[in-house]
Amino acid sequence: MSKLTIENPKISIGRVFALLAGDKQADRVVPPTGFTARLTIFTAGAMAFLAVFALALSMATGRLAERWAAELARTSTLRISAPADQMDAQVAQAVIVLETTPGISVARPLTKDEQRALLEPWFGPELPLDQLPIPQLIEIVEEGDGYDATGLRARLQAEVPGAVLDDHTRWREPLIAAAGRLRLLALLSVLLIAVSTGAMITLAAQAALAANAQVIRVLRLVGARDAYIARAFVRRFSLRALLGAAIGTGLGMIAILLLPRSDVAGGFLSGLGFSGLSWLVPLLIPPLAGIVAFAATRSAAMRRLGEEK
Amino acid sequence: MIELRDAGYNYGGSNLFAGLSLRLTPGSFHFLTGPSGAGKTTLLKLCYGELIATSGRVDIFGVESQSLSRDALALARRRIGVVHQDCQFLDHLSVAENIGLPLAVADRADEVAGNLDELLAWVGLSAQSGQLPPQLSGGERQRAALARAVITSPDVIIADEPTGNVDWEMSQRLLQLLVELNRMGKAVLIATHDLDLIRSAKGLVQARVLRLSGGELQVAGADL
Repeated sequence: MSKLTIENPKISIGRVFALLAGDKQADRVVPPTGFTARLTIFTAGAMAFLAVFALALSMATGRLAERWAAELARTSTLRISAPADQMDAQVAQAVIVLETTPGISVARPLTKDEQRALLEPWFGPELPLDQLPIPQLIEIVEEGDGYDATGLRARLQAEVPGAVLDDHTRWREPLIAAAGRLRLLALLSVLLIAVSTGAMITLAAQAALAANAQVIRVLRLVGARDAYIARAFVRRFSLRALLGAAIGTGLGMIAILLLPRSDVAGGFLSGLGFSGLSWLVPLLIPPLAGIVAFAATRSAAMRRLGEEK
Repeated sequence: MIELRDAGYNYGGSNLFAGLSLRLTPGSFHFLTGPSGAGKTTLLKLCYGELIATSGRVDIFGVESQSLSRDALALARRRIGVVHQDCQFLDHLSVAENIGLPLAVADRADEVAGNLDELLAWVGLSAQSGQLPPQLSGGERQRAALARAVITSPDVIIADEPTGNVDWEMSQRLLQLLVELNRMGKAVLIATHDLDLIRSAKGLVQARVLRLSGGELQVAGADL
């Protein structure tokens, strides 16, 4: 008597291509189900839309952290608080000290307009700067390996008594750390979106499998293997997720494109978006959604088929 | 090919039958008769692995059915053509697609075109090939089920009341089809109440008539 043998059920590249290419008959063995189809497409679309924003946030915070790190690391501020009649003299002396300090390329007192602009968010426009005892700020731009902050402070203490050197270290690091955490949270959001998509598609696939119990029974009776039955569900859900994610990603990218540009509105959120080649990154979302749907549906189908002999 | 050895089955603790032995060998032809509720359908289900014997053992192509994996069972079922009492179709597929389903699931879809037209003509369903199963009459459904069971030219054909809803002429035609397949070496097992069908097989085929009653399987009269 002949013995029964089974083929190796491992997943190979060939099987993945075969899945994408499809099998008209295999696709048709499962009747179309409007509810789960719409649910899968909508879920994948909504999640992809959110993923685009999470990615944009991640990239924006990444850029922000790099910019802050680069800009703040190369600049310092000297603040001079002195009586009005000594202010000009101390500023001039401070500039001389700074210009003769190795590692400093530029030492520039801020103009009244620049100082007004800095204070405007807190005090409003048309601030009468002349009538207020506002310290004078001097912007310092470093060169090479930078300057010796300890030595400079000692010189300033001796020659410009009203000067306080701020090398930004105190608030630069927390800002960069905050941007880094924000980026991490955005990436975590992308991960949660992927997991949620998988969970939703698993539920939809389980509903479809339960609704098609009789179809599965008939297929088994005519000799269909689990892989054949699962393939009909897996391909359907993977393609739906791919379609939904493509729509969601497209809409998300258009929404990002329509956000106000930073030079128009200013501020942090208006910098949200992609630049250059980073516009290609969201295009990975649809195939990733397809892969998530493939894994979720295959797992749900094989588990369900394994529950009954 | 299929062998029951002291096989038994019980539903919810009460024995339907026990200690049944039966061998379906290449070229064998069996009729299975008996009163309703005697367990004919259950016995058939044991033969194609839809049910597992609760006592004794059932070997399907040399492997105990209980130890068959799902994939191995699927491969075994490709070698067993089954006509179910309730026919079991996929209602969203056409009659032709349903009949070709065993070939499609076995990755032999390219063979469908060659076999299907001839088979549809033989069972008198050429005109209904594009219809959906719910549009068929009871007799047409049984003919379609028989066509689906034999399209892969299986080693074993198991039919549960295959002529229950068809007229005499068609039942003879279906019997002729099964006899032809049997002459090709296929094992055939038919559960039926139709004594006329059994009588008409006399002279066409060397068959054994079994009667399942009171939990026992007996040879009913002389072999045909």
